[in-house]
Amino acid sequence: MNDLSLTDVAATPYETPLLRVSGLCKNFGAVVACRNVSFALWPGEVLGVVGESGSGKTTLLNCVSARLQPDAGRIEFQLRDGRVAELFEMSEPARRMLMRTDWGIVHQNPRDGLRLGVSAGANVGERLMAVGARHYGEIRGNAADWLRKVEIEVARIDDPPRTFSGGMQQRLQIARNLVSRPRLVLMDEPTGGLDVSVQARLLDLLRGLCSELGLAAIVVTHDLGVARLLAHRLTVMRRGEIVESGLTDQVLDDPQHPYTQLLVASILQ
Amino acid sequence: MSDHRLRVIGLEKGFTLHNQGGMRLPVLRGIDLTVAAGECVVLKGPSGTGKSTLLRTLYGNYLVEQGHVLVRHDERVIDLATAPPRLILEMRRRTMGFVSQFLRVIPRVPTIDIVAEPLRSLGIAAQAARQRAGTLLERLAIPQRLWSLPPATFSGGEQQRVNVARGLIAEQPIIVLDEPTAALDDLNRAVVMALIDEVRRRGSAIIGIFHDVEVRDALGTRIFELPHAESA
Amino acid sequence: MSEGEEQTAGGYNFAYLDEQTKRMIRRAILKAVAIPGYQVPFASREMPLPFGWGTGGIQVTASIIGPNDRLKVIDQGADDTTNAVSIRQFFAKTAGVATTDRTSHASIVQTRHRIPETPLREDQIIVYQVPIPEPMRWLEQREAETRRMHALADYGPMYVRLYEDIAQFGRVTTAYDYPVMVNGRYLMRPSPIPKFDNPKMNMSAALQLFGAGREKRIYAVPPYTSVKSLDFTDHPFTIERWDNSCAICGANDSFLDEVITDDRGSRLFVCSDTDYCRQRRAVKAAE
Repeated sequence: MNDLSLTDVAATPYETPLLRVSGLCKNFGAVVACRNVSFALWPGEVLGVVGESGSGKTTLLNCVSARLQPDAGRIEFQLRDGRVAELFEMSEPARRMLMRTDWGIVHQNPRDGLRLGVSAGANVGERLMAVGARHYGEIRGNAADWLRKVEIEVARIDDPPRTFSGGMQQRLQIARNLVSRPRLVLMDEPTGGLDVSVQARLLDLLRGLCSELGLAAIVVTHDLGVARLLAHRLTVMRRGEIVESGLTDQVLDDPQHPYTQLLVASILQ
Repeated sequence: MSDHRLRVIGLEKGFTLHNQGGMRLPVLRGIDLTVAAGECVVLKGPSGTGKSTLLRTLYGNYLVEQGHVLVRHDERVIDLATAPPRLILEMRRRTMGFVSQFLRVIPRVPTIDIVAEPLRSLGIAAQAARQRAGTLLERLAIPQRLWSLPPATFSGGEQQRVNVARGLIAEQPIIVLDEPTAALDDLNRAVVMALIDEVRRRGSAIIGIFHDVEVRDALGTRIFELPHAESA
Repeated sequence: MSEGEEQTAGGYNFAYLDEQTKRMIRRAILKAVAIPGYQVPFASREMPLPFGWGTGGIQVTASIIGPNDRLKVIDQGADDTTNAVSIRQFFAKTAGVATTDRTSHASIVQTRHRIPETPLREDQIIVYQVPIPEPMRWLEQREAETRRMHALADYGPMYVRLYEDIAQFGRVTTAYDYPVMVNGRYLMRPSPIPKFDNPKMNMSAALQLFGAGREKRIYAVPPYTSVKSLDFTDHPFTIERWDNSCAICGANDSFLDEVITDDRGSRLFVCSDTDYCRQRRAVKAAE
């Protein structure tokens, strides 16, 4: 008999997460932006962080991306060689190198993440040049490949992003980050401010890239629809704290916390 | 000698509506159920007894409140009550397929890719996955000219057939079905029934809700009657 | 170098600057030589020339010059332009040193915009006048940020600039003040010399010192140090070439100036380095 019994239940084997945030705290004077935030992220997972304005989700992202130093807590990242390093215990050159190669940051406003006066090709090629690529033809070829991947006409490789639409600028920003094959991408409202049809296209692209490249990503958004589409897991933040966390479809279809229930009930269908 | 794939022990599930003054809706209570390979367990009970809720709980879409849901996953036994979300995602990929009542439409993704996706996430190459998806779609009478279109503009019946294809294509060891034939005409219903039966014969453990008595009788190997929550 | 007790015309200290200032500048120079290509801040003094006229170069020269030195000053390769004449007279007056217009006779060469064609020797020092020392200023206006970029060798954006040029024009269009990598570590701006002169900086036998008075920076390239112009492996650095040779001395290996001779557009090409041209003419005449 091949029965299932409670005594058969095995403990889940431990796998080192790609990123582990523990007890993150950040205050701005008397304002508590993040309080004791903890979560982990494994390779290939997309984690959605949802919350309304003031929830602390952007502060969280800024701390994790090392733009802000947290007041307490640890941010541990597993490097390519398997060692685990704490983000703020690293030397600044090491951290900068990490940000430039193994991590990507997609800003809400693509203008914050692009060089507007420089051609699309140069924007995409910059990370390669920053780590020593010195063959113009190869850099250009790489840039063209990535433009294709993000569905920007390759003919526009020499145009500056100033001449692009918002959606194209955002896709260029993604290409600029992904060219160095990062293992972790942080995204802050990647579809914010874009027209609905443009959003759909971008989300589809992000879904595809995350799955094709096995990217781990943290997507901060206030839009539950975006979260449902992109994220495998979801954390809900409110007033600086995580109030609920779990599988995306479970959090959205069976919300436990009163605030999550409120959020979910507020979506226009 | 039975090969148990899924076992529910003392499952309790209710909903607390915090924004309606904390009102509590009890739905499931004291559910004990086992499903073995090659079985098709049909859930029975009047509307409101929690059939859909039970299926969703088995899939991890709803949280287990009390009790256990044991699933044989790879060589291990996991309990959905305590399994971390990542493990449940893995389980969905390899061990448990789900055909929901309505197709959740993702903009822009072509039908063929929607159906191929469960195979892709198992690591099967795009070309091979699309080929199998195509075969299945053909069988379900979705013409080839529709394969490159997203299903948003399809009829309810067409969408449901796409949904069924996607849910069955990977033939996981456990398949959960929520009214798979609801929107279908006679011909297509017959095709879907045949598909489900084939999957069962090939060894999957199936549990489902079938509104139609005829379908229930044809596919089910066993009936499971849900008690009313209050009377359990 | 002697401690300046000699008083020269007008009661100035030797070479105009007081001894403490010279010490301060020499310390900066030592630092600069120890870290090739690195910009060392220094307390630039008020000089009797306005900013933009070579006050940085003058302060460097004033700090290293001694009574036995022989000074050559050139501007655009010529000894007889206004700037060169003024500076030469300045040192003649305040230091009483010998001056020359022959590169091979000078122990110190102060220059604006050119490196002499005649190769320099180990016993010579060349002092460059620098307007903007920071090679990335066009890209990043914040001093704190450019310093950080140098500290972290974060030079990607410079290559972005080269990439852009090649994408737009098919080649790098920077013709002067072409950025270089010194000793494989620091990105440096060689001052507005034509790119034609960049190769002369590489493995030079002479000590090269750079002074920026307004920006208050000194940097240096010690002798026999590698100085490599930035390029791509498939678009290597090239120097200017002319179809003509010098109309006066016949040289085809020197930097030529184009001179318009009448208002019908007739033009002549002559060596920019007047000393070099004269030497060659003398040799030809002797033949």
